[in-house]
Amino acid sequence: MATQALAAARTVWRLPTDVRIPLPVRLALVVGALLALLTLALVVTTALGAVAVPLDVSASVLLRHVGIETGVPTTEAQTQIIGQIRLPRVVVAGLVGAALAAAGTAMQGLFRNPLADPGIIGVSTGGALGAVLAIYLGLHQLHYLALPGLAFVGALAVALLVYGIAVTRGVAPLATMILAGAAISAFVSAVISAILTLLADANALREIIFWLTGSLAARSWTHVQLIAPPILVGIGLLCVFARDLNIMLLGEDSARSLGVNVVRTRLILLGLSSLVTAVGVAVSGVIGFVGLIVPHVLRLLVGPDHRLLFPASILGGATFLIWADFASRMLFRPQELRVSLVTAFLGAPFFLFLLYRNKRRSTTL
Amino acid sequence: MTILPPLRSRPADSAELTNGTAAPNGVGGAEIAAHQVAYEIEGQALVEAVDFRARPGEFVGLIGPNGAGKTTLLRTLSKLVTPSAGKVSLDRQDLAHQSARQIAQQVALVPQTTVLDFGFTCLEVVLMGRNPHLKRFQVETQRDRALAHAAMQRTAIQPFATRLITELSGGERQRVVVARALAQEPRLLLLDEPTANLDVHHQLQLLGLVRDLVDQGLTAVGAIHDLTLAARYCDRLVLLHEGRVLAAGTVAAVLTPANLARAFGVRAVVERDKWLGTLRVTVLGVLGDGDWT
Repeated sequence: MATQALAAARTVWRLPTDVRIPLPVRLALVVGALLALLTLALVVTTALGAVAVPLDVSASVLLRHVGIETGVPTTEAQTQIIGQIRLPRVVVAGLVGAALAAAGTAMQGLFRNPLADPGIIGVSTGGALGAVLAIYLGLHQLHYLALPGLAFVGALAVALLVYGIAVTRGVAPLATMILAGAAISAFVSAVISAILTLLADANALREIIFWLTGSLAARSWTHVQLIAPPILVGIGLLCVFARDLNIMLLGEDSARSLGVNVVRTRLILLGLSSLVTAVGVAVSGVIGFVGLIVPHVLRLLVGPDHRLLFPASILGGATFLIWADFASRMLFRPQELRVSLVTAFLGAPFFLFLLYRNKRRSTTL
Repeated sequence: MTILPPLRSRPADSAELTNGTAAPNGVGGAEIAAHQVAYEIEGQALVEAVDFRARPGEFVGLIGPNGAGKTTLLRTLSKLVTPSAGKVSLDRQDLAHQSARQIAQQVALVPQTTVLDFGFTCLEVVLMGRNPHLKRFQVETQRDRALAHAAMQRTAIQPFATRLITELSGGERQRVVVARALAQEPRLLLLDEPTANLDVHHQLQLLGLVRDLVDQGLTAVGAIHDLTLAARYCDRLVLLHEGRVLAAGTVAAVLTPANLARAFGVRAVVERDKWLGTLRVTVLGVLGDGDWT
């Protein structure tokens, strides 16, 4: 009985990577399973907190937001707590998680290097510099898009720089990529510190530092409205280039001889992943390792085909950051950890494990 | 499997060959022509003033010493690099005006080395050959899968279909890459040292396969180091030396001791193999500078 259940579980586990099954079927399977997990995360994390709300109540408040009435009685306070406090924060976490995981997936493919991640190669820090610059110059008060816009410029500049330095013949050697990323990150961080030193207003300074180090506290529907369009468009477009990215894994010459416009595709992918990373950074600061952990774990489940891996990473990244943020506010109640600490506690050992494994095995992904 | 491959005589002159009718896709081969092609990097010419032509139903071998420009010529023929002078045309259409995708619908390349360090299965890699024929949001159809399986059948990698590419040996991977090229339904097949990593069995199997496809109308151009294999399977040879064409024409006209001495700096004997009926090159020794026979 137990062995039969185990065998059945193993069969189900292997379905997503079974190339004999048509791709749309596998995609439906993977997306369905991950959507279920995401929904579960939404319901549970909006229900629990300083004030606990029954799960059916939180579910019905969530359903009301998508226009479905369940008839479960809800109080005004519950509706307020879930609808105005917890839900926007959870949605921001989901969007940022999806963005970072999608960017990580794209960068790992682009650099043909399994340890690429917007945090590790410094793209997030570049985005942070752009955002800090916008605040320092007061541009964010002129137009609400100035901050994410400058964050995008900063992120893209770092992405292009690291790519230019680290990539030779379409591959980024592990050490070169990490060192280039570390050096550029250190430089950019120094510039950020210098700007902060020049900032006179102590309150503004504290606010910037708190935001910079990565937190999702007190995020509202305004934030959601700001980041949802660019992130949804960005991750959607990344999925469009999934097949090209698959083929680019075979090397530049092979990709071109299979009809991929390598230079153009590479620029588009770098641009899109910088965009979604920057928008994420603009609203939540630097949150590391999401783009590393999520694609890695999901690659084990769905395989390297980006037509599956992108959607899976997007949904998985959203779920992951929602839970990480949940942990950050629940672990040491009433104190709140920053979510970037939670992801670092999980991500840094994971990164070291991958480095160690990479040393022993020559295969990369 | 026969112990000896069937004896085969090559037509003496490739001009006797007329346009083929049935390439793998049933539309016949394409004519590829290079006119006064040059390619240089930082002032150094890798190929220079090369004229080249291959017609449907023709297997043209590129031979020459290391660094002679064989790979570079193949790269210009597939527009992996754009020539710095001259022009390349496919069925009389200038390649300069065609996109990578348009070219990939007609031309397949088997590169010298392919990076295959990702956990794709064989079938997935072979299916990538269908990319130039798929629209952006299109998923591979039954026909695409059938073509991929047929290509794997022809290169004898069908048993590995669901195996990870990283688990295969070098020779098996090379056959996967050839299968991918076949799945592309090319009208022109370019091969860069396709047999370099293969054992004798698979060398003959691969070149025999190319020969069959060419006999059905495909056009093929291959850089081949092994002169005897080139003589056995190619219709015509082009001998490159320092980026220029040293000799071009029938196998017998190109593979002469004098040409081999000039290009490779070796003393060689060329004779007809009594088993195969094709030419065989035996290298006797290395020549010193200036000692050209």
